[in-house]
Amino acid sequence: MATTMLKALNQSLHDALSDDEKVILLGEDIGTLGGVFRVTDGLKSEFGEHRVVDTPLAESGIVGSAIGLAYRGYRPVVEIQFDGFTYPAFDQLVSQLAKLHYRSRGRVKMPVTVRIPYGGGIGSPEHHSESPEAYFAHTAGLRVFAPSSVQDAYTMLRQAIDCDDPVIFFEPKRRYHEKADIDLSTPAKDGSPKAKVVREGEDVTIVGYGPTTYTLLEAALAAEDEGVSLEVIDLRTLDPLDIDTVANSVKHTGKLVVVHEASRTSGVGAEICAQITETCFDYLEHAPLRVTGFDIPYPPSRLESHHLPDLDRVMHAVDTVMRHHEATEGAAK
Amino acid sequence: MSTKHVDVAAENIPTQQLLNVAGERVPDSELDHYVAKLTESDLADFLRDMVVLRRMDTEATALQRQGQLGLWAPLLGQEAAQIGSVRATRDTDFIFPSYREHGVAWARGVKAEDLLSVWRGAQASGWDPHEVNIACQQIVIGSQALHAAGYGMGIKFDGGDETAIAYFGDGATSQGDVNEAMVFAASYQAPVLFFCQNNQWAISEPVALQSRTQIADRAHGFGLKTWRVDGNDILAVYAATQAALAHCRNGLGPTFIEAVTYRMGSHTTADDPKRYRKDSELEKWRAKDPIDRLVKYLHVIGADVQSYEQRAQNAADELAAQLRAAITAMPDPTVEQMFDNVYAEAHEPSRRARDEYMNYLAGFEGDGR
Repeated sequence: MATTMLKALNQSLHDALSDDEKVILLGEDIGTLGGVFRVTDGLKSEFGEHRVVDTPLAESGIVGSAIGLAYRGYRPVVEIQFDGFTYPAFDQLVSQLAKLHYRSRGRVKMPVTVRIPYGGGIGSPEHHSESPEAYFAHTAGLRVFAPSSVQDAYTMLRQAIDCDDPVIFFEPKRRYHEKADIDLSTPAKDGSPKAKVVREGEDVTIVGYGPTTYTLLEAALAAEDEGVSLEVIDLRTLDPLDIDTVANSVKHTGKLVVVHEASRTSGVGAEICAQITETCFDYLEHAPLRVTGFDIPYPPSRLESHHLPDLDRVMHAVDTVMRHHEATEGAAK
Repeated sequence: MSTKHVDVAAENIPTQQLLNVAGERVPDSELDHYVAKLTESDLADFLRDMVVLRRMDTEATALQRQGQLGLWAPLLGQEAAQIGSVRATRDTDFIFPSYREHGVAWARGVKAEDLLSVWRGAQASGWDPHEVNIACQQIVIGSQALHAAGYGMGIKFDGGDETAIAYFGDGATSQGDVNEAMVFAASYQAPVLFFCQNNQWAISEPVALQSRTQIADRAHGFGLKTWRVDGNDILAVYAATQAALAHCRNGLGPTFIEAVTYRMGSHTTADDPKRYRKDSELEKWRAKDPIDRLVKYLHVIGADVQSYEQRAQNAADELAAQLRAAITAMPDPTVEQMFDNVYAEAHEPSRRARDEYMNYLAGFEGDGR
């Protein structure tokens, strides 16, 4: 039976709580209510208030107390209710959680998972639609997971919880209701799931993660109608960044488009374009392009369709790199 | 601005003291109980601890002046607050210190040179937290209070009889994290002691800039059982800490101690307190010196003070000589260590970055660099 991403995440938390008594969930409204998105629905009644803990309304407090619990030997999984509420916890995330293993010279492990429903497209007010992943991908010591599929939501959350490093786990909230059949077997321990070629193609490598992967698959279908073959890569993790999978693709397509909802400047796309330029310069037939949110605060939701990379903007970028390709091919003839 | 407290709230919580400035024992119906079992030998140990600690602090300041340390944060004047409190803990109680709690770590068995290695810049922390039950020292003001709250929640959830103790200063009480920590600890009735050394100054800012009421009164407002003690009175600090930890262990919820003390030295060796405070203030506090206070009390009870002082002095001399030798001989860490422990599990980009830099350095081998 097909499962929604919400149910897959719920099942993942359920199975982690069942398998390891040191797993503990913390967050606002995650207990009695089951979370504002219901990701933790039913878990408090099954595992008790000391395993699924409703917290006071203080994000720094949630992350900071999770660090203390990790010192005590727990494996906390915290929920930040919405992306834009991550920032009150910034010190605890980047100066504490990220650095304690390094600071303690490996003596203190911080197996803390920070779940953040992120991204736009659901018509929300300010602070409910942000994509803050670049801050954390920039921070040494944190791993950053951004699953896109229902299966990955289940599997990668288990892997994040199992990982001895802190993981910032970005959930593509506008895809929460996507459905798929999934395999619930216990995943192999893997702190760094690799990027995945979700559709093979010949002409252009197109890279996304989280909510944009669906858009890229749509683009691949649209491009196919135009006789253009897109190779779609779902990054899955932003740290570590599996640049090899992207490079291997670019080496045969010669063209790269990177897509994300987050603002452009100094974003994950910039890093990918830089690394590909450094490692695949001689293979490139066109400068790598980015299709991203604009360098603006997240706009009022009536305008968000312009801000979010949609099928048309992605196709426009594909056309741009292909036109150049066709022009140079033509000149050669 | 005035450094006086403005009377906007009643000063509800009295300042408790067991030794007055003259070193005379002052009765306290609540705290007397907790020092009743202390022997003269215990008092002599307190004296030795404080004298050794002060010497370590002086030696560290000298080592910084001589270029052996990058920086040092002196604790001069806070010896009783630190030794009195840590000696009241059990070894299984987990401590979350700030960067100035040298005495707390040393009293738990951390070697002085390991403590100083951090200030030398040789490593990021000086001890194994799980070996001495002390978290890595915290530099971001107040962040560790939340870690103590979380640790205390863990004790509560798994039914342990330990406690978690957060050390911080008066400046930290303005931080959101300290306030959030008190909220969390109170919500879950976690066995956490918030131990505030009010040393009157946060670098150049007087405590009145942080709080217009007594700090202890604010803590009380979070629903924490609170004590305010003379922080230069080692007996009062020891007794209040015992009382607070007993309260925590009895499942009665979190506690708070404001130990009223004074930072007699600079904030760090990079600071010049003459720019913001008067010598007369320092003189006033010098008269309340925690070591002198205990020495006076030992005289009052007719102890052989001279032999205790001699013993303490010998221990201090020994530590200072050994510390100086260890620090001046301390090797720098290897370049490769710079890349170690960023992640606990394999991390390909980190490995590549390290290998690339090590190969780069290897290219200079034989260049005479």
